[in-house]
Amino acid sequence: MVNLSINGMLVKVPEGTTILDAAKKMNFRIPTLCHHDDLCVAGNCRVCVVEQLGAKSLVAACASPVSEGMQILTNSLKVRSARKHIIELLLSEHNADCTKCYKNGMCELQNLSNEFAVGDHIFIDLNTIKDYTIDRFSPSIQKDDSKCIRCQRCVRTCEQLQGVNALTVAFKGDHQRITTFEDLSMAEVICTNCGQCINRCPTGALVERTYLDEVWDVILDPTKHVVVQTAPAVRVGLGEELGLEAGSRVTGQMVSALKRLGFDSVLDTDFTADLTIMEEGTELLTRLKKALVDKDPEVALPMTTSCSPGWVKFIEHTFPEYLPNVSTCKSPQQMFGALAKTYYAQVRKLDPKDVVSVSIMPCTAKKYEADRPEMRSSGFKDVDYVLTTRELARMIKQAGVDFNKLKEDKYDSIMGVSSGAAVIFGATGGVMEAALRTAYEIVTGREVPFEGLNITPVRGMEGVRQASVMIEDCKEEWSFLNGVELKCAVAHGLVNARKLMNGVKSGDIEAHFIEVMACPDGCLGGGGQPIPTNEEIRRKRTEAIYAEDMSMEIRKSHENPEIIGIYREFLGEPLGHKSHELLHTHYTKRVRY
Amino acid sequence: MSSQHVKRVDLIFEKIECRDVLKKIVDMEPDAICQELLESDLKGRGGAGFPTGLKWCFTASEKDPVKYIVCNADEGEPGTFKDREILDLVPGKVFCGMAIAGKAIGAKMGYVYLRGEYKFLIPKLNEELKKFHQTMDEFNQNFRIQIRLGSGAYICGEESALFESIEGKRGEPRNKPPYPTKSGLFGKPTVINNVETLVHSVMIMKYGASHFKELGTKDSRGSKVFSISGDTPKAGIYELELGMTVDEFVNDFGDGDTKAVQVGGASGFCVPRKKFEETIIGFEGVPTGGSMKLFNSTRSMYNVLHNYLDFFTEESCGQCTPCRVGCQQLLKGVEAVKRGEKNSKYLDELVKLAKTMKRASKCGLGQSVGNAFGSIVENFKEEIIY
Ligand code: SF4
Ligand code: SF4
Ligand code: SF4
Ligand code: SF4
Ligand code: FES
Repeated sequence: MVNLSINGMLVKVPEGTTILDAAKKMNFRIPTLCHHDDLCVAGNCRVCVVEQLGAKSLVAACASPVSEGMQILTNSLKVRSARKHIIELLLSEHNADCTKCYKNGMCELQNLSNEFAVGDHIFIDLNTIKDYTIDRFSPSIQKDDSKCIRCQRCVRTCEQLQGVNALTVAFKGDHQRITTFEDLSMAEVICTNCGQCINRCPTGALVERTYLDEVWDVILDPTKHVVVQTAPAVRVGLGEELGLEAGSRVTGQMVSALKRLGFDSVLDTDFTADLTIMEEGTELLTRLKKALVDKDPEVALPMTTSCSPGWVKFIEHTFPEYLPNVSTCKSPQQMFGALAKTYYAQVRKLDPKDVVSVSIMPCTAKKYEADRPEMRSSGFKDVDYVLTTRELARMIKQAGVDFNKLKEDKYDSIMGVSSGAAVIFGATGGVMEAALRTAYEIVTGREVPFEGLNITPVRGMEGVRQASVMIEDCKEEWSFLNGVELKCAVAHGLVNARKLMNGVKSGDIEAHFIEVMACPDGCLGGGGQPIPTNEEIRRKRTEAIYAEDMSMEIRKSHENPEIIGIYREFLGEPLGHKSHELLHTHYTKRVRY
Repeated sequence: MSSQHVKRVDLIFEKIECRDVLKKIVDMEPDAICQELLESDLKGRGGAGFPTGLKWCFTASEKDPVKYIVCNADEGEPGTFKDREILDLVPGKVFCGMAIAGKAIGAKMGYVYLRGEYKFLIPKLNEELKKFHQTMDEFNQNFRIQIRLGSGAYICGEESALFESIEGKRGEPRNKPPYPTKSGLFGKPTVINNVETLVHSVMIMKYGASHFKELGTKDSRGSKVFSISGDTPKAGIYELELGMTVDEFVNDFGDGDTKAVQVGGASGFCVPRKKFEETIIGFEGVPTGGSMKLFNSTRSMYNVLHNYLDFFTEESCGQCTPCRVGCQQLLKGVEAVKRGEKNSKYLDELVKLAKTMKRASKCGLGQSVGNAFGSIVENFKEEIIY
């Protein structure tokens, strides 16, 4: 333990604690910008400087460990004047046109300039000298360098959490900038559109491409029938953006709000999550059969999930040799879109060209996924517009709906019923757990041998997790699986996905089935979820997801009556002809920069 | 004005048999080497002036089995070219110094980080290195040196940015602590010394600490190599005893019309004529890495300052706010004052800003921009305004 004093008050903290954390413990908040709980220390914005008695210069609280006997002043004259200077400097280089900024009201730089009342800002405006253009080529990510304060949070995110390195620092001095390989647009580089950098960018420099106006236009167009689907993780995130505690479950209010916004039908991506389990589970069993019974050397195992579009794009760029291993299932979002313009239109007696499908996603990569040329199997674009959790909150605000006073409502039918298995798609390990609940039962006729169906070994926050289930006493048609130990691996965050795939490549990791979610802690930590994010917040969202599962009447995908119905009335059987045509897809090898 | 002449010294360039020094070192206890260095009071010749012996002692006491010794040959300060001369004329002494440091701290590997512009020296250095490695083998010393070429960023002379550069990353300074003695190159305990410091260590081991201490003053022991340029009839490289006043220096090297001397290059201080007599060149006065630039009365100090600010605006690594934006503001600020767009009071604001840069910047570059700025603005205010 180390003893020090902060503003004259004595405190004892463990060795290695930063001054920032020690101060926090004493309830002294030190402002920060480049610091983020999820990332390594940068110490480059210098907003957090404090005075250490006896030291020549001020020290960065975020980057300095405490030492014995240290005396720290967090609010001395020197500190205040330096801090104010630094904020003014940042603003002098910044396109501070807040009223026209997407981040207006939710921006860390704005908050800071507000706190420090830098109204009489004295320095020369440098922003006008620089010639910035906004990169709007990516369907998911919008990058505006004129709003960038060079905190490098995005660079560290892309490198440390995602292992993608799409963003980098280039040039020096006044030309220093955050850019991509050869300054190509975000659409042309290895970027997976995961949006994790957006979640950590303190300003409006990186934001999602927004399609709010387009969605309002179709809602208000009487000739259009607008169907909206909501992803599992949105219901445990949306509340935060509307002033509630992290981890508030707002499913019922959200449905109610969507109806008030004027969507013609409010449906659930969870429905197609259940459908994904049917298709993907069957696909896995089929692959296992081919491998174990038919001894087909061509069969690609381990099979990996395909519902995370960030992961899919990552593997297309980084491990293209493993593309045959990716499940051919479209993601639940895309399955939903394809069915909205076929099955749904048919049952509702609508012309598919008048059906507009909108999805609310915790994910920015879903915007990209919806734009993929192969995602038009109904003859129309499966999903027309993708909005993030944050954008939905904004629509709710725009419409003047007082969210917190809304009564709960239920999803519409058809394609509105779902199971607990579908909800847990929102957490890392959830797809695996949902699939096991169903596959095990299909094969053995019994429920998975875990207490309350909760397959806890695949849950958790570790980057790469492995688990296995012993299969015994199979039904006759699955007897070839008797005695097989089904091995699973789960990774979340692409840096872990890379580790996992390298493990598979080297033979260190053996698995039949792999789930990868591109974002840390899965969809609930998605790039479209409320900002800020940190481990604590994501843990609360995770708890909410599993609580939601426990509260559901149906907890297994194959028991969802609407799923049973759609196979009976429309699809026939999993991996059948119609499924194949509408619900499955293929992948593309991509460049590595 | 004093007519005393500045004392010339010939230690750095003295041609010696490095073999003999190495032979002596081989049988010495590492601790004895560190102690001799401590005893000598040698301070780093890069400008910061940290006691070299202390640096070695700290690193020697680290438990890690892997340690490095790095020779900083990234001479980038405008107006310095003395390391080039040392590397050109006595390269063996540089390697010898690295071997001594290596022995002292227990490192088996050394790197010379050579300024990109000095690429032409490589064949010669390699040849000398071959001889050096042979001697090491002969003495059963498991110590090897590699040369790494920089690519011309001024900031890579900053020690932690230099490590990043050797490690193949973008040359940006790291947060300190940890200091290199604990976590330097590849995260290992590292001694980083500049070229001249290493050669001094050789001479100390050869002649002994007491001999070294006979030169210079209490705060600034020994001699130092200076690169002298600007308005002087004697531009070039000179090894001089430390502790002279600027006045004495100008007597020897000025052209009779010297109005200011920039001591220590862009990151150093500008000394005006009225302060020549009271200013000592050394750690008790104005410290310097060796660059001495003389200006006579025909020079516009506005232009001088503008040049420096231009240089820093471009050479700042750009990662930290006070330095990246501060440099631009100082530059645009003095331009605006010159043009009359801002009144002279604005200079006071800029002086305050320079103070913030000194206090809040992450590394020595940003922390030292205020030196040239403050000393020129303070002493030549009219030249900046009118
Ligand atoms: S990024 Fe923040 S400070 Fe900048 S314009 Fe937008 S809201 Fe304002
Ligand atoms: S969206 Fe993801 S992959 Fe793309 S730059 Fe941001 S963090 Fe990197
Ligand atoms: S884009 Fe955002 S996160 Fe990245 S450096 Fe700029 S301000 Fe920081
Ligand atoms: S002071 Fe300048 S050179 Fe040093 S880290 Fe900051 S920006 Fe880079
Ligand atoms: S928050 Fe500490 S330097 Fe940026």
